[in-house]
Amino acid sequence: MSRLFEGILEAFQLIISLDPDLLHIVFLSLRVSISAIIIAAILGVPLGAFLGLKPEKKTRFISKMIYTFMGIPPVVGGLIIYLLLSRQGPLGVLGLLYTPSAMIIAQVLLATPIITGLSLVGIRAKGPEIVETARSLGADSILSTWTVVKESRLSILGAIITGFSRIIAEVGAVMIVGGNIAGRTRVMTTAIVLETRRGNFELAIGLGIILLILAFVINSLLYNIQKGGQAN
Amino acid sequence: MEGIKKEYDQEVLKVDSLELNKGFIYGIIGPSGAGKSTLLRIINLLTAPTSGAYYFHGRPVPGNTREQINIQRKMSLVFQKTILFKESVWNNVAYGLKARGYNREEINNRVGRLLDQVGLSDLAKRRADTLSGGEAQRVAIARSVAFDPELLLLDEPTANLDPYNIELIEEMIATLNRQKDITVVIVTHNVFQARRIADQVIFIDKGEIVEMGSAEKIFTNPEHEKTRLYVEGRVVF
Repeated sequence: MSRLFEGILEAFQLIISLDPDLLHIVFLSLRVSISAIIIAAILGVPLGAFLGLKPEKKTRFISKMIYTFMGIPPVVGGLIIYLLLSRQGPLGVLGLLYTPSAMIIAQVLLATPIITGLSLVGIRAKGPEIVETARSLGADSILSTWTVVKESRLSILGAIITGFSRIIAEVGAVMIVGGNIAGRTRVMTTAIVLETRRGNFELAIGLGIILLILAFVINSLLYNIQKGGQAN
Repeated sequence: MEGIKKEYDQEVLKVDSLELNKGFIYGIIGPSGAGKSTLLRIINLLTAPTSGAYYFHGRPVPGNTREQINIQRKMSLVFQKTILFKESVWNNVAYGLKARGYNREEINNRVGRLLDQVGLSDLAKRRADTLSGGEAQRVAIARSVAFDPELLLLDEPTANLDPYNIELIEEMIATLNRQKDITVVIVTHNVFQARRIADQVIFIDKGEIVEMGSAEKIFTNPEHEKTRLYVEGRVVF
């Protein structure tokens, strides 16, 4: 219990002192996860909309695949990206292994199926009748699809929140492809693992609290946008 | 329409011949599952018939999607289940105008005038999904006629509404038909409603048109026994 208390104190001390190493870890964590979630949303929302508007019969197999990938263990995702980016791998020439870019790619792999799958479910629930209404009012296919996405914005934002929550707290994949290199690829979750292994529990708890606070702030922001969508 | 058939697992609609003329109000009546809504959806090009020919202004409707959209834009369909977008009442009514590329001034004029006509000017900024059933249906109709369609298709537009809203909507339909010469096809379970507002009545049963004629004839002197039983409320089929 005292360790937890000391961890909380440590967290506040770290925040107040604006420790440069800590700030680097925090900003890198945010840069990686925010970049990944933006890319995953750009890929996942249109794919979810496309599949959600197709007859269920025609998308049954691919839907099952997406639902399976929603639960992919991060270490497996990390391993796949590692094998692709390693020197002997097909993308080895890019030299991305152990860089933040590799971590972003790994997180995109984890978040995209979540955003696609949850958007698909949200759009499939109401999409066809919204498309018909839009078409009956003279909308072409582009406008009617855009209308469906707009009308499903609450589900889509919920999908993005879920995806972000998963990747900001993820450790296995970024550890494998990033390598947890101090000052280069060390993020909050990998730092927590390292400090725990070193026995620096107070620092690990402190980092954990900062991670939770950041996740809370970002999710609150997204939640407010979602609620705004309901009210306006 | 000639030789129109629609099959899913089984045949749900078979129309040998149907011609709708400009300026009339057509009432489609018939028991549940008779194929009324399917017919409406085929007219609106939302559902493709399994076979048969469909002409608009005497010309065959092309298979090309772009050209179909151009024809679709000359009509509009109000569904039984009102779907309003989760936006303001104003934006809902403006939707079809924006889809057709009307300029802002024209949109403002038309939407303002229509909301005035349906008595919902005060609710212009209200989110449409917070409206009552009657208000929502009035918005849906205003949205469907904002761009002056040649053909207005209504699928049970007054189902589950109170008598006040039913009267308002029937008045709207009659006024639109009279003042803008919009052809109206209304599907209704309510034979009294068909009698009140339709010039021509089409009675459908088991996917086939049993009888079509003036409202006067259908309700006073129908040719078919089935029609007589249905309009008298003694449905035995």
